[in-house]
Order: sequence, then C-alpha cells, then structure tokens
Amino acid sequence: MSELLTDIEAIRAQFPILTREVNGKPLVYLDNGATSQKPQSVIDAVKHYYEYENSNIHRGVHTLSQEATAAYEDVRKKVQKFINAKHDHEIIFTSGTTGGINLVASSFGASLVRRGDEILITAMEHHSNIVPWQMLCERRGAQLKVLPISKEGEIDIEEYKKLIGPKTELISLVHVSNSLGTINPIKEMIAIAHAQNIPVMIDGAQAIHHTPVDVQELDADFYVFSAHKMYGPTGVGVLYGKEELLNDMPPYQGGGDMIKSVTFEKTTYNELPHKFEAGTPNIAGGIGLGAGIDFINSIGFDFIQAHEAELSRFAVSQLRDIKGLRFIGTAKERAGLVSFVLDGIHPYDTGVILDKLGIAVRTGHHCTQPVMNFFEVPGTVRASFAVYNTKQEVVKLVEGIDRVKRMF
Amino acid sequence: MVGTVTNIEEKELEIIEEFSLFEDWMDKYEHIISLGKELPLIEESLKTDDLLIKGCQSKVWLHAKLEKGKVIFTADSDAIITKGIISLLIRVLSNQTPTDIINTDLTFIENIGLKEHLSPTRSNGLVSMVKQMKLYALAFRTQQNA
Ligand SMILES: Cc1ncc(COP(=O)(O)O)c(C=O)c1O
Repeated sequence: MSELLTDIEAIRAQFPILTREVNGKPLVYLDNGATSQKPQSVIDAVKHYYEYENSNIHRGVHTLSQEATAAYEDVRKKVQKFINAKHDHEIIFTSGTTGGINLVASSFGASLVRRGDEILITAMEHHSNIVPWQMLCERRGAQLKVLPISKEGEIDIEEYKKLIGPKTELISLVHVSNSLGTINPIKEMIAIAHAQNIPVMIDGAQAIHHTPVDVQELDADFYVFSAHKMYGPTGVGVLYGKEELLNDMPPYQGGGDMIKSVTFEKTTYNELPHKFEAGTPNIAGGIGLGAGIDFINSIGFDFIQAHEAELSRFAVSQLRDIKGLRFIGTAKERAGLVSFVLDGIHPYDTGVILDKLGIAVRTGHHCTQPVMNFFEVPGTVRASFAVYNTKQEVVKLVEGIDRVKRMF
Repeated sequence: MVGTVTNIEEKELEIIEEFSLFEDWMDKYEHIISLGKELPLIEESLKTDDLLIKGCQSKVWLHAKLEKGKVIFTADSDAIITKGIISLLIRVLSNQTPTDIINTDLTFIENIGLKEHLSPTRSNGLVSMVKQMKLYALAFRTQQNA
C-alpha cells in the first residue's frame, strides 16, 4: 500500500480553490457541511472524462462507449468496497441524498405502506428526510411519527423503543445531524428495529466523509449519501439497498436503461442496479465520485477522524470562552461541526460580517426548521470542517466572531 | 437644463453622498448597523403573519398605507443588517407617490456597493420586500384611479 497523505499543507495544496481570496482576504472555508471543496484529482477526472472518454454508457459497441461504461461501472465497485456492500448491484447511482430518499419513499413506500401504517423519523432530520415521507404519508393515508430530541440534541433509545409499534413499516434516521453534529447510535437503533422486522434507512450525507461506513456491519437496509460532500462533484449520489429489498421494490422512474424489453402491451424491467437508473446518468459526476473516494483513501479515515475531531475540540474550547455564545447541539458523540448562536446577534448578521472577513460559514436553519423551532432560534451559525481545515482557520473564525460582537 | 429630478432620485443622491464618506467596508457596515438600530420599529401589533415576508435567512415585516396621495411604509426585520438596508429603502420610497415608486429603479443600492444584499441568492427577504413595496404602490394607484 502506498504511503498515506497526512501533511495538512500537502493536502491543502491539492485544492486549487483554497488559494483564492474572498473580499480581499484569504478564503477560510468552513461550510463543508453544505458541500466540500474538490481536490485537483476530482477536477481532473471529470475533465479527463469529457476530453477523452465522453460517450453514452451501456448502449454502444464502439470503443468510447465501452471505455466510459467500464469507467462508470468501476466506480460502482469502488463504492461497494468503500461502504463494504455485499454486491455491486446493491449500489444505485442517484442524483444525491435527496434523490435516494425520494426513490425509496416512492418505490418502497408505494409497495409497502398502507392506510394506517407508520413511518418513524427523528426530530433532527434534514428536510430531505422529512418531506418525502410526509408526501408518502399523505398519498397513502399513513402517519409520520417523530422521535423527539433532548436539549443536548440527542435521541433517547427508550423513547425510540416506545415509538416502534406493529404499524411501523419503515424507520429513516440521520446518521450524523447536519445542524447539531450529533452522531446517532444507528447500529443499535437498526438492531432494535430488526428485532421487529422493520427495515431502516440511514441518511448518511454528513457521515460518509467523516467516518468509515460498513453497511453490512451496521446491517442497514438502505444507506444514502451525496458525492459532493465527500470531495466529489455535485449532482450524483448513492443509494445502497439490500439486494432482497431492492429486488422486491417496483421501479421508480421509467425510461431508457431500466428496461429489458418494451412493447406497447408490456415492459419487462432490467435487473439491479439498472432497474433504478432510468435515463442517461451523470456519468462525469460518477467518475468524479470515484476520484473523491480515491482521495479519501489516499489519506485514510484514521487521520481524517483524528484531525477533524481535533479541530472540533479546538473550536469548542476556543468558542466556549466567548461571552454570549451558546452552542446548539452538545451531544456526547459529535462529528465535524460546531453550531452556535450569539446572544442578541442574528445569525444572518454574523454570517454577513464573517463573509466580509473571507470566512465562509453557514447561517440559517440548515434545512432543519423543526430543529430550530425546538431550540427556539431563528437559525444558527455553523462551522463545519473538512480534512483540509486548520487550527489557524479556527482562530480566524474566533477573531471574526470577536469582531462581529464589537460591531453589533 | 437637465430632466426633472424626482424626489426619489434626490433621496438616492443624498444616500450616495453619505456613503461616499466611508473608506472601508467596516465603516460602511457599522453605519448600516446603526441605521438598523435606529429604524423605528413597526408596531408589534402589525408584526402579523400577513405582513411577514419570509426570507430563508431573515424575516421582514412590511406595512403600507396611503396618506394624502403618498405611500407611507414602515418595516422591520429580525436581522440588523437587513433592517439597516430596509431603513435606506424606506428613506427613499416612503412618503412618495405611487407612480414614482412604481417607476424607480433604485440604482442607489448598487451605487453604494450593497447590491449583494438585494440579490435573490441572499434570501434575506429584501428582494421580495422591494417587489412588495411596488405592488402596494400599484394597488394604491389603482385605488386612486378607481
Ligand atoms: C443530513 C443531510 N441529509 C440530506 C441532505 C441533502 O443532500 P443533497 O442536497 O445532496 O441531496 C443533506 C445536505 O445538506 C444533509 O446534510
């Protein structure tokens, strides 16, 4: 195995965007929860595809199509290995986390959920893991149950057990919360659900780049994530599903690639994974996703986890001393981000001034309005870390907040 | 002889001059923040949902009434910078005739380097607020002509 890359300056040097200035200041990019920056290798992979291999996949005998198909299908195998799925046909390419959740809600939901059934989610879900289920429940006359969270932003396993009942058809949980940073004990939660034969879907959008994911060890039934939060391109993501479940589910969208034969009387559907991949996919994006995984592997999760945990710890220790700063989300197990509010200063105002200082953070409700309502804040300021962030950047954030406090 | 300068354009020029004094962004923003803090608040009883313009990032309340042929705007926001910019918009657009309000381009915002705040991507409610101000003006003019 080649040597792992663990020098931050060398890692930073791979990200062209990190050298740019914003508002005349060096960019301090702390909005990785929204999307991570892309290393040169990912940019090059996408460019190389368009320059040398571009053609449609699964449909041509000509060389370019064969090469593009092979490159795209190699990524499927790479993803399989990355999350340790049993089969490569359990890897369905989607447009992203949202695309994956909607696929399961529509397809699995349509075949299984009936009037009176229940879907269980938590109070810390991203809108992407709320709205598709609401829509499904409305269509089917089912009920959406919500597991509450504590003031620390944690769920209570005993409450969880109580909410699971004979009518629960599916549970969908966030692995790592994007607004609170909470890491949920999903392995335990999956086991509890399985004891009652209830399948569990995991929204891994904020986990996949922070922590190794082994879908077999977790025994997750579905696991979804987006490439763009793991150093890859936008517009592509993955739905992992267990073979048996995916086979039982009806197709989601109809079109090319997902069929075996079509007549006006009857269409027979293709096998996995193509059954769920109608139409020409985001081929370049898929290839970029593969390069993103290579990038993560070139560093390794040991370093990534240690570095990001160190950054979070450091950020908490520095921010804690700021008067009037209140953390939102103080769970014991947290990953990759700090979320907070400043007494008497609106998150939007904080974000505008930090931006003037070249510091990119996310402000607002982070697509988790129920979480904001629960904590009774209009939004939070969120600094979320990636492997290329440094302690100096955290110091700049702290100085920036001091500046904000003096201005308001 | 130059064309007639409307009341609105006069106010815009005033603001442009006021802002030309600031050398760096800090001074400018500090001024906006103090404007935001000074803005007379909309009456609490008027901060109702039907006057609320929801931006993704900050909330804006806008109230309008017609008095002696002029539109009187009052507004508020939960974010101070948004409120400071509202205060400028009100200074320019309140107490003007519906027709003048409908016809103005509000070029001063770009002129003083605050255009980014009136961009839909900011989702701070200001774009919708300006649209709403013009809609009020339009409604009042229709009323007047009826
Ligand atoms: C926890 C979580 N779920 C879902 C999503 C939606 O991801 P995407 O917009 O890539 O579909 C996000 C992204 O912000 C997220 O953080």
